[in-house]
Amino acid sequence: MSALLIVVPLALLVVGAAVAAYLWAARDGQFDDLTTPAVRALHDDPPPAGTAPGDEAED
Amino acid sequence: MTVLEIDRTTAAAEQECAHCGLAVPAGLVRAGEAFQFCCAGCHAAWDVLHDRGLEGYYRLGELRRERVRVSGESFEEYDHPAFHALHVKTLPGGLKETRFQLEGIHCASCVWLVERVPLAIPGLVRAETDMTRALARITWDPAQVRLSEVARFLDRIGYRSHPFRGAGADAVRRADERAMLARIGVAGAIAGNVMMFATAIYSGWFGHMAHADERYLRWMSLVLTTPAVLFPGRVFFRGAWAALRMRTLHMDVPIALALAIGYARGAVNTVTDRGPIYFDGVAMLIFLLLVGRFLQQRAQRSAADAAEFLHALSPAHARVIEDGRERVLPAAALLPGMRLSLRPGDTVAADGVVTGGRSEMDVAWLTGESRPAVVSEGDPVWAGTTNRSSPLTVRVTGSGEATRLARMLAEVERGGRRRAPVVATADRLAGGFVAVVLVLASLTWAYWTFGPQRMPASALDHAIALLIVTCPCALALATPLAVSVAIGRAARSALLIKGGDALESLARGGTLYLDKTGTVTEGRTSLERWDGPDWARPLVLALEHHASHPVADGFRAAWDGLEAPEAREVTMTPGGGIAGVVGERRVAVGSPGFVRAHLESQDASDDGGDTRVLTPVWVAVDGRLVARAGFGDRVRADARTAIDAMRARGWRVALLSGDHPDLVAHVGRELGFAAEDVEGGAGPERKCQVIEAAAACGTVVMAGDGINDAAAIARATVGIGVRGGAEACLAAADVFVARPGLAALEELVAGSERTLGVIRRNIAFSLVYNTVGAVLAMSGRIDPLLAAILMPLSSLTVVLASWHGRTFDTPRSGTGRGRRLDPSAVSAGHGRAT
Repeated sequence: MSALLIVVPLALLVVGAAVAAYLWAARDGQFDDLTTPAVRALHDDPPPAGTAPGDEAED
Repeated sequence: MTVLEIDRTTAAAEQECAHCGLAVPAGLVRAGEAFQFCCAGCHAAWDVLHDRGLEGYYRLGELRRERVRVSGESFEEYDHPAFHALHVKTLPGGLKETRFQLEGIHCASCVWLVERVPLAIPGLVRAETDMTRALARITWDPAQVRLSEVARFLDRIGYRSHPFRGAGADAVRRADERAMLARIGVAGAIAGNVMMFATAIYSGWFGHMAHADERYLRWMSLVLTTPAVLFPGRVFFRGAWAALRMRTLHMDVPIALALAIGYARGAVNTVTDRGPIYFDGVAMLIFLLLVGRFLQQRAQRSAADAAEFLHALSPAHARVIEDGRERVLPAAALLPGMRLSLRPGDTVAADGVVTGGRSEMDVAWLTGESRPAVVSEGDPVWAGTTNRSSPLTVRVTGSGEATRLARMLAEVERGGRRRAPVVATADRLAGGFVAVVLVLASLTWAYWTFGPQRMPASALDHAIALLIVTCPCALALATPLAVSVAIGRAARSALLIKGGDALESLARGGTLYLDKTGTVTEGRTSLERWDGPDWARPLVLALEHHASHPVADGFRAAWDGLEAPEAREVTMTPGGGIAGVVGERRVAVGSPGFVRAHLESQDASDDGGDTRVLTPVWVAVDGRLVARAGFGDRVRADARTAIDAMRARGWRVALLSGDHPDLVAHVGRELGFAAEDVEGGAGPERKCQVIEAAAACGTVVMAGDGINDAAAIARATVGIGVRGGAEACLAAADVFVARPGLAALEELVAGSERTLGVIRRNIAFSLVYNTVGAVLAMSGRIDPLLAAILMPLSSLTVVLASWHGRTFDTPRSGTGRGRRLDPSAVSAGHGRAT
């Protein structure tokens, strides 16, 4: 009994934190474009930061 | 036609373009070269990428398989202050930002390439791409680079840019979408936790749970469900209220009723500490219904995305002549009576009449005519057509909304909106369902209150159980889920489908209208016949290097590797040809009439084959006719098989083209069409009429590629845009076939039929479930536990059935992540071995 009294509100707190984080992400636009970032991750070189892409030998 | 006889094995042995991976036409193969190109555009793009250190593109293993089309525009209007005022944002730190809509973004490699353009252009900070919507956010430093330079670079590698004009509507939609996601998240988290409490309570029935514990959990459920009903659940109450005010029955009505009554009854039962609480059902309902709605919205949204392109297409600026000086004005500011200057390569921004000059207009965009139209003083020109050869002045007769192009685009949009009623029909059907449920609920309540049992205490519980158990959860998920899974699978095999109703219509069968230019044929002028000596070739090429005419492009494409000497004293006659001196010889290339004027003897006759099918081009050297060439537009290699396959499936296939009737009839005969199924010379308005008339008596599918097809495509039950087509046509289409050839048509139909089968199974299942649930509830045999088990079970079944239903075949494995990748590209050595 007493365990439930503590654990349930605690669980709800954790859920609340997760929901808050999710709401922040949704409103920040992190879910606006789900295709391109997935595609981008497949490309080797990091997005340009002023450096030329590596000239690896063609295999 | 020899093209039709090329079988797959010889095609595989052909050279592939080093840039785009398409087969290199035999005339273009340069012996001994390591890299071959299918056209000048691809060659230029390849050079640019190697110059600027972007050759990593070729290691991605996924080539565009689409020839590079360079518009050659200067894009200087992008540097104009008026443009900046409209489309450019200044960021803190002096950087500028704008958004482009890019033509030709179709795959992951495009994202790679566009996002690495900043490596090649100093001063360009970022080019962030959204692949699904073909948008790029460009950030640049105005001190180092001009926006027009960026646009020209993108154009040279095959991505023509347009300013993004839908920013306002986009912001609204984005906010909408984010709010929907927030609702789903909250509803999901709450539903999960309430279900957990419910599990504890239900299992408490079988074990021993202290009454105080159960009460505590019931209270906690109430506390959790309240925000779910108030925040995400509000959508349904609002929808129901709107429906009631309009005096219609909408799916939202029983949902709102079930939620409200279920929640209220649960709350009362919690406070009085007796009876079922329903909170688990209520929370779950909210979550699942929101998910179903989201899936549906997303499918409709992709159609809206495409419509954005319409606004980006018509040229944004024009050169106006005022007081003898040229000024660049935005197209919206043009008024009838203004005089425009049109340089070669310019696209007209308004309808008008030529007042000076003589030139050739590329009207393929508008009418589908593959040969350029010759215009001179007094002839009309239309917005959206491109000046091909020499400068023109034009008096504006119609601008803005009054142009033929604008009227056509408006037609396209209207067509898009007109299709929405299909969704409305689904809602009306739901209305019937709703009425039945409401009547049953009242009957249940009346029976248990006044019937033989006289149990008013449980009467309300039974009625609520009925409402909850028949809540169309599985029904609401059945269609959108099956459709979105099918659309996802189809996309992986390069068939981009914008809405579920397209699948439904395609499965039904009917009439298929095909456009000729660019759909059944390859859509470009190529050298089909050359009767003449080899020594004449360099002479012709020397002249044609001075021209930007489809025929000149055709010669250049056919004889790309050939060394050509310099030509002098070159004169061009629009609609005629080109003449000049090469070395010591006088050369004339052009239409028979034009060349005849350069001949010493006039005995040359038209024996050059069927001039109605091939455009004849003659070559005269030193006053003697030395060669006859024929230009034409090839029929795609897979056209015949694809058309026969559609006929075998019971479709009526017809050819509807804006090109010259003789040309269309010829292609029709070649593909086995009956004469009455072939119509040539049909302008966009006529196409629209034909489609509309046919649509009145059945399903009509229109497949095309030009902007001249766009209105017809929008009017058809299902419009199909074919790869390589004008973006306006793609925007109007319900389906975009993102790979070359017509073979995809049959696959599309077969996949649609299977998808419809999955949907029918889903609906049948949820109806059976609802009936069983209703019977159990009405007879008072359902308790909350059974309802709690039945409800997710039915949704789960629908989810699994949608997921495992065979709809579209995903591409053969072995290409790894190669979306829309033709396996031959891998075997040809472009695949990346990592």
